[in-house]
Amino acid sequence: MSYITKSPWIIHYDGSSCNGCDIEVLACLTPMYDVERFGIINTGNPKHADIFLITGSINEQNISVVKQIYEQMPEPKVVAAVGICATSGGIFKECYNIMGGVDTVIPVDVYIPGCAARPEAIIDGVVAALGALDEKKKALDARPKISDTAADSAMGAASDDSVDGAPPEPPEDPILPGDDVEVKYYGAASEDEEAESAADGSGGGQEEGSAGDSGKEEA
Amino acid sequence: MTVSLYAVIGLAAYLIAGPFVGGWFAGVDRRITARMQGRFGPPILQPFYDVRKLIEKEPVTVNGGQDFYVMCFLIFIIITGGLFFFGQNLLLVIFTLTTANLFLVIGAYSSNSPYSQIGAERELLQMMAYEPMVLLTAVGLYMTTGSFNISDIMLGGALAGGAIPLKYLIGIFAGYLFILTIKFRKSPFDLSLSHHAHQELVKGVTTEFSGRTLALIEIAHWYENVFLLGFIFLFFQNGTWYMALVGVVVALACYFLEIFIDNAFARMKWQFTLKASWLVTITFGAANLILLYYFKGLM
Ligand code: SF4
Repeated sequence: MSYITKSPWIIHYDGSSCNGCDIEVLACLTPMYDVERFGIINTGNPKHADIFLITGSINEQNISVVKQIYEQMPEPKVVAAVGICATSGGIFKECYNIMGGVDTVIPVDVYIPGCAARPEAIIDGVVAALGALDEKKKALDARPKISDTAADSAMGAASDDSVDGAPPEPPEDPILPGDDVEVKYYGAASEDEEAESAADGSGGGQEEGSAGDSGKEEA
Repeated sequence: MTVSLYAVIGLAAYLIAGPFVGGWFAGVDRRITARMQGRFGPPILQPFYDVRKLIEKEPVTVNGGQDFYVMCFLIFIIITGGLFFFGQNLLLVIFTLTTANLFLVIGAYSSNSPYSQIGAERELLQMMAYEPMVLLTAVGLYMTTGSFNISDIMLGGALAGGAIPLKYLIGIFAGYLFILTIKFRKSPFDLSLSHHAHQELVKGVTTEFSGRTLALIEIAHWYENVFLLGFIFLFFQNGTWYMALVGVVVALACYFLEIFIDNAFARMKWQFTLKASWLVTITFGAANLILLYYFKGLM
């Protein structure tokens, strides 16, 4: 585990939420839930943040805001969609100005369902996001350094068959509406979802397992 | 100038152990704060995890100068504390401290972000608020001990005659405690930068710093806090080992007091900060000096 999982700083943005989920996000900071136990800090600054918590769906007006916050966050970063509105649009889905869930604009790593998402589910989702954060950190470390690639290309000019290491990973494409998105649910696993993940086979099962493991730390 | 063994040990201890002690204090601070708020709080080593993480993050800088200014901030803070623990001139220490803070202000100004710039302005106002009291502290220590040299002050002064400087400087000590709240960036005077979740200015002076640069600022603050507590220590010195012990205990108690004040107050406006600190400087600091000057002839 890299150090990033020990000190995840969060930025919370309210898309077009009804404020139900926002109150639950803030409830996580209260003595009752106290997420600072895990080193989690609610920072208002995207440049300091590692995890982007979005509540509420994306509307025509805040697309640029969400994109800008996301772009200002230094890598590695993960996005967690809190509440069913942020996950899919929720009850606002049919509105004329609503684009849908957060994944219509930026890639989402963790979906935390619920209306409103309970603080337990949010904490569980954030802990699951730490796993994603750790993976991204490893992927970043595996990527050749800029100086290395420059040297490689210089070398390549001389002898073009010297291909050292893997080529840099292309950045993950934003998920577009209509794409087939593999949705991971954390926190509030209803019977239907459990059945679904069981039917999914080994992949889904692993996800559940890792979420469960990291979830235990908080208990 | 003769270099005493204590001075060398002091300097080495500060340079090596300073950030660890400061970081540990920061962790204890967060834990105590959490307990005062009825929470459990993060691990004591959390500030170290934070800094390690910040170093691992992708470096993002707004402009090329920024990192340079922050580096200068760190270096000058280390020089400040180094001079202090090496037993050098107190005035020189105070001026290097001011220089260090100015680098942070310039760094914050160098980005175009309004949050960062307002943070920098507030930082300057805070400096205006606390500088006079810091200078009066130095003058007070000079008047009781007859020297600006910290190595001499450590031995207790000629005037003090074996007594600790605090005996004559109670008002100045109170004034220094007051401005220490500003220096530690604690509520009600955490105008330019706060470690808490109020976000009226996003993160004030550090808004535009991220990753490694922010980690440097954190480390500089650890160094700075240890040095500031060293000032309190100085009030209790007369050259004996047991007063040195008392000095350490009182410094820790003052740190606890600052944490308590932090949790008991909300953030004030800058006007209040400026007025209150100057009022305290005049009523406690200047009055103490005047009395000292008057009674010095009688002793
Ligand atoms: S999921 Fe429910 S509580 Fe949360 S923002 Fe949407 S409507 Fe409000």
